Amino acid sequence: MTDHSKRVDEATGTNLVGHEWDGIEELDTPLPRWWVYIFAATVVFAAGYVVAYPSFPDVAGGTGWSSRGQLEEALQAQTAARAPVATAIAATPIDQLAANPQLMRSAIEGGRAAFKVNCVQCHGSGAAGSKGYPNLNDDDWLWGGDITSIHTTLVHGIRSPGVDETRFSQMPAFADILSKGQISALVNHVRAISGQGKPSAAGAQLFAENCASCHGPEGKGMREQGAPNLTDGIWLYGGDRASLTQTISKARYGVMPHWATRLDAATVKMLAAYVHSLGGGEANPTPAPADTAAAASGESNVSS
Amino acid sequence: MSALDLINPTSGLYRKREPVFPRVVKGRFRQLKWAVMILCLAVYYITPWIRWDRGAYAPDQAVLVDLANRRFFMFNIEIWPQEFYYVAGLLIMAGIGLFLVTSAVGRAWCGYACPQTVWTDLFQHVERWIDGDRNAQLKLNNAPWTAAKLGRRLTKWSIWLVIAMATGGAWIFYFADAPTLASQFVAGDATFVAYATVGVLTATTFIFGGFMREQVCIYMCPWPRIQTAMLDEKSLIVTYRDWRGEPRTQGVKKAAAAGEKVGDCIDCNACVSVCPTGVDIRQGPQLGCINCALCIDACDEVMGKLNRPRGLIDYLNLDDEKHERAGGAARPILKTLLRPRTLIYFAIWCSIGLAMLFTLGERARLTIDSAQDRNPVVVTMSDGQVRNGWTIKMRNMEARPRSVELTMAGLPQGRMWTDAMDRKDAARSVRLNLAADATTRLHLYVAAPAGPAGETPFALIARPLDATPGTKDGREAARDIKFIRQ
Repeated sequence: MTDHSKRVDEATGTNLVGHEWDGIEELDTPLPRWWVYIFAATVVFAAGYVVAYPSFPDVAGGTGWSSRGQLEEALQAQTAARAPVATAIAATPIDQLAANPQLMRSAIEGGRAAFKVNCVQCHGSGAAGSKGYPNLNDDDWLWGGDITSIHTTLVHGIRSPGVDETRFSQMPAFADILSKGQISALVNHVRAISGQGKPSAAGAQLFAENCASCHGPEGKGMREQGAPNLTDGIWLYGGDRASLTQTISKARYGVMPHWATRLDAATVKMLAAYVHSLGGGEANPTPAPADTAAAASGESNVSS
Repeated sequence: MSALDLINPTSGLYRKREPVFPRVVKGRFRQLKWAVMILCLAVYYITPWIRWDRGAYAPDQAVLVDLANRRFFMFNIEIWPQEFYYVAGLLIMAGIGLFLVTSAVGRAWCGYACPQTVWTDLFQHVERWIDGDRNAQLKLNNAPWTAAKLGRRLTKWSIWLVIAMATGGAWIFYFADAPTLASQFVAGDATFVAYATVGVLTATTFIFGGFMREQVCIYMCPWPRIQTAMLDEKSLIVTYRDWRGEPRTQGVKKAAAAGEKVGDCIDCNACVSVCPTGVDIRQGPQLGCINCALCIDACDEVMGKLNRPRGLIDYLNLDDEKHERAGGAARPILKTLLRPRTLIYFAIWCSIGLAMLFTLGERARLTIDSAQDRNPVVVTMSDGQVRNGWTIKMRNMEARPRSVELTMAGLPQGRMWTDAMDRKDAARSVRLNLAADATTRLHLYVAAPAGPAGETPFALIARPLDATPGTKDGREAARDIKFIRQ
């Protein structure tokens, strides 16, 4: 500030800075001194901040703080916070999970997250499946829809190579066994029992001889064998003539990996709970009292 | 600019604060300030301790901002986050109220009700109690640092600190159960955020009320700028009647005897010495004036002693000022207050308030929301039917558990069930128990025979089963949704 620029505003007695817009002039009102002290304090703070925190490329700050480290800590804190729930889920037998609604709810939410990482590649983000990959929202299950069965499927997989306990079923490729005409008759029969065509005696005969041992005499399927129900409207590979012809001629061998060695026990249980919650889950089969079970087995003996 | 500028107050670049030692004053506006101060402080300190019975399922604190559970309680009003527009309405009312008050009585907020003003006033009373009135304070301020001065300073600062801590401490009680938090706070078991809040508010109260004072109003606060912009020629402003007071004269009798023209102002500086922001009102309206009217009291006292009419300094508007300068008689203040602008603001303010009260009385306390499953939208079931799913949120905003029946209106062949049920129990309606003052989430499935692709609209109706006849308890909540076939 040089003296020649100083002009004084008469009304306030304050210096003018010399800026003028349409007759309005700017007063040189002095800053309050505490304001300047605060400015000085921020400079001191900034100096400390530069030393304490990373301020230059490849130079760690005095406190050792880093954003990656903070993320790592936050992730560890999350894992630690979840640990009690994960431990409780791992320790609960899968058929007992539903008895603890809060734990079940946690398991479903955990499963929802794990599904997005591990399962959506085949089953889709909404678990709606696609050709060859089952829709998990419906109530049609190849190997059983109670939570224990779903858990078993998840643990051991289906036709998962190298796993002894894996779920395994093998439908023969009938192209080597039956003639094209016979296969066509079978396709007709399967379409008839699923409400898509007219029944024929020849097809029914062929079905009883070749298919009923696994799919049941009425084609209702058999979960012990993983044999699908052929009478409903749900098809894994399609219920049209061409798809059925190919299925019967060449057979299909879909594979689902076993997850026991890929995910921890709690995550597999959470996935089972989530899949079970999608709307098609079934109740666990209630273990029958001993005498009723005997009577039931007796009955089946009589009928066979 | 040199380092010396920071220290030398005579430099033009920086200005050292000139401490203000306002003299004690008595009068009608001082009485009003006392009343407003006692009211404001009482409301602030006592409110969180008022109890209000809401039954077993809701807190019994009359005013509670429950951030953790996202509920706001104010006597018999409970607000959920979805109803935050009521708070927005309150803010709009506060805005219109500001217009109203400012256009009617100018910067009354600054002069009477602003926390900065109230606590500064309180701290100044403590100061007078410890150090004495203006002259004693000035003397002590200029005295060297002796043990006696240090003792007085420490006493004053300790009392300020106690007031500041009480102020910071009262704030947190609005956000949690006051008695519980108070005992936790004393025992050291309260959360860190409670101590941090008290710490910050104690520090700001202590510094702003004790040391910053008028600096906050003049340099830090945007309010004076905003309020000044809202004044018009009919707003009341503390005004010095310079046409009556000038030329100000100290030796009145001598000057009058000498035949000089003499104004009513005897230049006794009473108006300056009582001013809490240290301005001279005789220089005209200015930013530093918070319109607290203490100078009016001081001047009235002097005019009374001199047997001259009161009101040399008075609440006046610009129109009246022109009128009086032209020789007109003083006009009553009431005429200024009752004019179209203030009446329109008041009408708008009242309408918003009444509309909010009406909607508060009529608002639904049971609501239903739905989000349809979109991935997949349609699921074919093994029996050939198709299924849609919805995430349903039932909000029971009453502080008691409720029992409701959820019914389908439309889609005659549809049957519904929830994720807690089995499909074989599907029906046209399901019964639900809703937790008190909570949102109940559930997944709802509806299955219906397959058909041509398209949408079939229907409604979900939640009917309370526990309504008291003749009350609003029985009001249904409905939600229009669509069943989709592909």
